[in-house]
Amino acid sequence: MEAGDAVATLVREEGTRVLATLVRVTGSIDLAEDATQDAVVRALEAWPRDGVPANPRGWLTVTAKRRAIDLIRRESRRPEKEAAAMGLLDSAPEPPEVVRDDLLRLVFTCCHPSLSTEAQVALALRTLGGLSTAEVARGLLVTEATMTRRLSRAKQKIAQARIPYRVPPAEELPDRLAGVAATVYLIFNEGYAAGTGPDLVRVALTAEAIRVARLLLSLMPDEPTVLGLLALLLLQDSRRSARIDAAGRLVLLPDQDRSRWDVTLIKEGVELVGTGLRRTPERPDAYVVQAAIAACHALAPSYDATDWDSVISWYDVLLRIHDTGVIRLNRGVAVAERDGPAAGLSVVDAIDGLDRYPWWHGVRAELLHRLGRTADAREAYERALALDLNAPQSEHLRRRMAALDG
Amino acid sequence: MPKYIALTFTADVDWTDPQYAHEMKDWTEFGEAAEAVIRGGDALYPTATATTVRVDGGKGGDVITSDGPYAETKEALTGFYLLECADLDEAVRWAAKIPAAWTGAVEVRPVIDFGP
Repeated sequence: MEAGDAVATLVREEGTRVLATLVRVTGSIDLAEDATQDAVVRALEAWPRDGVPANPRGWLTVTAKRRAIDLIRRESRRPEKEAAAMGLLDSAPEPPEVVRDDLLRLVFTCCHPSLSTEAQVALALRTLGGLSTAEVARGLLVTEATMTRRLSRAKQKIAQARIPYRVPPAEELPDRLAGVAATVYLIFNEGYAAGTGPDLVRVALTAEAIRVARLLLSLMPDEPTVLGLLALLLLQDSRRSARIDAAGRLVLLPDQDRSRWDVTLIKEGVELVGTGLRRTPERPDAYVVQAAIAACHALAPSYDATDWDSVISWYDVLLRIHDTGVIRLNRGVAVAERDGPAAGLSVVDAIDGLDRYPWWHGVRAELLHRLGRTADAREAYERALALDLNAPQSEHLRRRMAALDG
Repeated sequence: MPKYIALTFTADVDWTDPQYAHEMKDWTEFGEAAEAVIRGGDALYPTATATTVRVDGGKGGDVITSDGPYAETKEALTGFYLLECADLDEAVRWAAKIPAAWTGAVEVRPVIDFGP
């Protein structure tokens, strides 16, 4: 059983790399997927029975290439020529640096800015994460038919518009990498929002995102964005089991049982933050800074003992890189903890454009409550609850509103 | 090499009006810079000159013409370029240099090659 699991993990890890190589040599994601899928199925049959071959990746690649030739033969009238043109008949193993570049190409193609965010997320999960279409569909709460259409439209656009299978040149890399990171972060949040709910496929998206972020770090070990992304995901994930109580209710940071935080993840995350900061002395990367803020919380023995000065100055750094209302709101919360609710409220009230954001109202309500302005607090809770929230979130706000009477 | 059409959406202006002469400089500059990839293209008269044609009741049916463009939008289709580029990234790089990209928007679409 355990040997079978190890084989399954190995096949999945290598399958992503083999797929990346096949996309390059065949020039078609569809063909590469079919061929790789076939090789994966064969490996899962053969390896537990006959043992894992000395070069698993080479075995999978050769098997997938043979399958691709068969598929071309079936569809084309000039098979040998096409297969030869694609270099499929050349069974020499790809050197590791070529495989690394193939994976990078796959990453940047799946997260190309001319694809919709939805399409990027779906493609990344399907190709980089190696999830089945059905699993991706369940993870993203759409029907399998919808996901099949979404994936096929995305692959069609890549083929028809000729989205290049290429690592972007140095001058475009920072922007493109930010796009890749945003997609991975979105995948993480899909899973994180599902909490520890019954839908394990959704929850597993956090693990998927971390897996892809680790893959990115192995490909680009010196990129601050990647270091910061992985650090941020690990530090947020470290709090996962403390975020929901036994009754399935949302527990926010101040009330979390810190003994339930995952110390191993925190340690790794904090180390990555350090490495990321050393790589960007002048202008820190936004992900590294967000991870630094998460690290401040992760290292605090209790909510009250949080180093709010550090948190606030990291928010100031973050606002210089990336000024958004939500970041200002979070800074406002930290100001309230350090300087009291009145100071916090004046920061929060000065933020424009968050009228449709439930947590702006939620934070205002909390601060108004602390200031004893019960009627204003109630109104703010009601405005928050009128907006788009998931069940645990609105349940949390209702509980807080009920506490106004206590 | 694949071809892309770059449709330029801008204010619905009459490019022949002398008041746009100074803007023409930017367009000429683009035309010269992109000479190697431009395979065609033209500026269009304003949408007031447009006629939209439909045939009602299937092929051979009644021809219905109506005054104005197919879609009324804030920014109108006022020109196009046909660009021959290696891939979408190159086409987008060129599209970003078309003046409409900062006065309006440019839509880049791959052109179908039906082969010989």
